[in-house]
Amino acid sequence: MKGLFKRDLALAIRAGGGFGLGLAFFLIVTILVPFGVGPNTATLSIIAPGVLWIGALLACLLSLDRVFQVDWEDGSLDLLATSPLPLENVAAAKALAHWVTTGLPLVVAAPILGLLLNLPMPGYLWLMLSLALGTPALSAIGTFGAALTVGVKRGGLLLSLLVLPLYVPTLIFGALVVTRGAAGLDATTPLALLAGITLATLAGLPFAAAAALRVNLR
Amino acid sequence: MSSLWEYANPRKFMTTSAALLPWVSGIAALCLGVGLVWGFFFTPDDFRMGSTVKIFYVHVPSAIMAVNAWVMMLVCSLIWVIRRHHVSALAAKAAAPVGMVFTAIALFTGAIWGQPMWGTWWEWDPRLTAFLILFLFYLGYMALWEAIENPDSAADLTSVLCLVGSVFAVISRYALVFWNQGLHQGATLSLDAEQNIADEFWYPALFSLAGFGFLFLALVLYRTQTEIRARRLKALIAQERMA
Repeated sequence: MKGLFKRDLALAIRAGGGFGLGLAFFLIVTILVPFGVGPNTATLSIIAPGVLWIGALLACLLSLDRVFQVDWEDGSLDLLATSPLPLENVAAAKALAHWVTTGLPLVVAAPILGLLLNLPMPGYLWLMLSLALGTPALSAIGTFGAALTVGVKRGGLLLSLLVLPLYVPTLIFGALVVTRGAAGLDATTPLALLAGITLATLAGLPFAAAAALRVNLR
Repeated sequence: MSSLWEYANPRKFMTTSAALLPWVSGIAALCLGVGLVWGFFFTPDDFRMGSTVKIFYVHVPSAIMAVNAWVMMLVCSLIWVIRRHHVSALAAKAAAPVGMVFTAIALFTGAIWGQPMWGTWWEWDPRLTAFLILFLFYLGYMALWEAIENPDSAADLTSVLCLVGSVFAVISRYALVFWNQGLHQGATLSLDAEQNIADEFWYPALFSLAGFGFLFLALVLYRTQTEIRARRLKALIAQERMA
């Protein structure tokens, strides 16, 4: 499992588009927002939590279709399925690798983008905390979606349609943490709920993803 | 001793549903006709909301059936996953567009009613938003059915999606309550009109509820029959090719 994780990590870094593309996308989405809503800093600081969370979510979505696609095309997924490693662990390792290459950079980059959007000062800690706790859920849910659509050619659009509605609770609690934190309110309740969602998806969805993979590999 | 699982046999299902369909459709038409005509023309106007309340004879039943259709798909998916009865998977597939249309009707009639009463076509109320998300779930479910060619894989994958989606739909529903109360005041209106409703509105509403229920049943039976026939046709074509 560790080996698979390391391999995925190395592939994502060497092939490019792992760290770089998601981050660049996050940056562009965030920069486009002021063009759309106007440069008024008061408005921007109100919408900053939501925009940052939606940007992170879309950046996660962007790299999902390669979680299994490349391995599926060159046959390594069949090898992984026949290896002694349970398919559930494969799915979990893939989700973890996806999070390290996509979610983690977003957590680090988010405060800089928060600066651009004039996020109120108390919000930064909550922003990083909520992204750090919430993006693993995005990766876990996304891996499940990728497992469902791995057999579909050009399944990117379908993947978004399937995964985005599943992102709703994560997004609600994640953005709520930052909104409340930025307003100086107590944000521990939504944070706890966000952590709960993350833990539940991490515990449950690898099984669903493995089930979907088994069907697709049949 | 006959059991429910007999209807897992497509032929048995076809003969029984063919015998049931005229009755179910007839009862649906009768109940809908009585309920809607009674509700629209023979009930007094509400003293505050005027005649706009009458849209609830369509709105409430379609909203109830929109949720129930998903629950039915969930049960059918479970039966498919556990016992692998093809009729069950096809019934789930057949129910999805019907449920989606009921969701759309509920959203649409709600918007029509909300415009004069709330002064807005749309409000980000938890209940409304939950229905919008349910609509997206239906869309995704149907899109996945369409995207996968092998019918058995499609049935498996959509079942998994339905099971996972149901969990997330419930979480979303309660997350939305949290979201709305956390940001601003709660819902201004509750749609639970049945609780304090007078008999003269309740009886036509009952007919309308039953009508929508039977309408759903009729449509699902009809569409399941179509799906089974399509499957048979495909098998026949494949046989022709082989020969």
